[in-house]
Amino acid sequence: MNFQPLWRYQDQLIEGVLITLALTLVAAIVGLVIGVAGAVALRGNFRPARMLVRSYIELFRNTPSLIQIFLIFFVLPSFGLKLPAFESAAVALSLYFGAYSVEIVRAGLDSIPKSQIEAGQCLGLTGWQVFRHIVLPPAMRNVYPAFTSQFVLLLLGTSLASQVAAGELFHVASFIESRTYRSFEVYAAICVIYFALVMAFKALFAVIDATAFRWPRRQ
Amino acid sequence: MALVEIRDVYKKFGHVEVLKGVSLDVAEGEIVTIIGRSGSGKSTLLRCINALETIEGGEIRVEGRQIHAKMPDLRQFRQRVGIVFQAFNLFPHLNVERNVTLAPLLTGGIGKAEARALAEDVLTRVGLADKIDAWPEQLSGGQQQRVAIARCLAMKPHLMLFDEVTSALDPELVGEVLKVMEAMARQGMTMILVTHEMGFARNVANRIVFMHQGRVWEEGPPAELFAHPKTPELKSFIASVK
Ligand SMILES: Nc1ncnc2c1ncn2[C@@H]1O[C@H](COP(=O)(O)OP(=O)(O)O)[C@@H](O)[C@H]1O
Ligand SMILES: [Mg+2]
Repeated sequence: MNFQPLWRYQDQLIEGVLITLALTLVAAIVGLVIGVAGAVALRGNFRPARMLVRSYIELFRNTPSLIQIFLIFFVLPSFGLKLPAFESAAVALSLYFGAYSVEIVRAGLDSIPKSQIEAGQCLGLTGWQVFRHIVLPPAMRNVYPAFTSQFVLLLLGTSLASQVAAGELFHVASFIESRTYRSFEVYAAICVIYFALVMAFKALFAVIDATAFRWPRRQ
Repeated sequence: MALVEIRDVYKKFGHVEVLKGVSLDVAEGEIVTIIGRSGSGKSTLLRCINALETIEGGEIRVEGRQIHAKMPDLRQFRQRVGIVFQAFNLFPHLNVERNVTLAPLLTGGIGKAEARALAEDVLTRVGLADKIDAWPEQLSGGQQQRVAIARCLAMKPHLMLFDEVTSALDPELVGEVLKVMEAMARQGMTMILVTHEMGFARNVANRIVFMHQGRVWEEGPPAELFAHPKTPELKSFIASVK
């Protein structure tokens, strides 16, 4: 076992980590926005919107995300929309994460009793104010654990973007392996890196949990 | 002109007719207590008054203006009508101050410092000035209900609706909430309240309305109504709550 040859590729590894982080964060943020919008649409009474969101969720949750990335990278260009590897992967992963987020956010919104909404309406608040100030914060807390688990799956899932050469960590690993032929060492090393990234995010999530959701839980 | 005019109101849930021609006037400063068996439509009537429910027939006017869920200034109207529910419905993620000042901050164009002063003022009126920084979850049921009342007071309402606000409380906590309501009554607040506290109804209300099967069955001043019920339904109701 010899990790020595890997040191030369430090810069590439760091860049791979940064691209992995960028992919993860973009997909998480865009996906969360999709999640909130989709969940609102699902709870609304505009049927076409509900059906559209439903189909979107079913489509993206029941097909391999690798194929979703491929379709966006290889197939969209034939419709005149050509995206570079990173952008393709970012779009695909955002849509993938968004599909799960819709269900998560909706479960959160459903966990808020109607009486809370009425209490806000009775104070003369607008629909948006009720949503933003009364429904959303406790809803997000209720589904925060589900959201963070899904985030971890997303982070690990960015490795699929290597298949379109998006330059993230797994892609860098394949590259180093092809140069050094040190398969075990390379994959062991990036495994440790992924693990460390996940642990770092878990720590961050714990901090966010403790600062954003400070009110005592209902017994 | 009465502050609240309810004329021949009909309300259905699906095929079930819950209000069958209810008429009731409430004058400015009047305290009206609605009593009646469970299911007689008391809560529904209160909810119709601030347009939480839409009515199928008749009309409701408050300060002369017709109330319905699609009125253009529904939100301004609701800011002037306080409603307190049996289940408190405080916002669990906001501390007491934020519970009380959320709506004034969002709708009233007041600043943070004013909001704090407002919270102190209304919380003092319900005897909870010292709980301004507490979380709802840390309060007893009676204290939570008083915060819910303070939250309404912060909107400076002209009319208060109370729906069995002491029914969910342990018996020893009922008194502190009733005391707050009595004080509001003394200060001239117009109040419509549904309650099973017959002592309170007798002592504080100007008028008792007995509802039965979706109708105003009998009404009158408390002393008279309790001493000489005219209908057998009210007679048996009074006997059952004694
Ligand atoms: N949202 C609703 N949907 C269907 N039925 C309802 C609803 N709210 C109340 N009801 C029915 O209307 C009747 C009157 O209810 P309510 O006004 O709550 O009575 P009370 O407050 O006098 O106990 C009851 O039979 C109740 O089941
Ligand atoms: Mg009721």
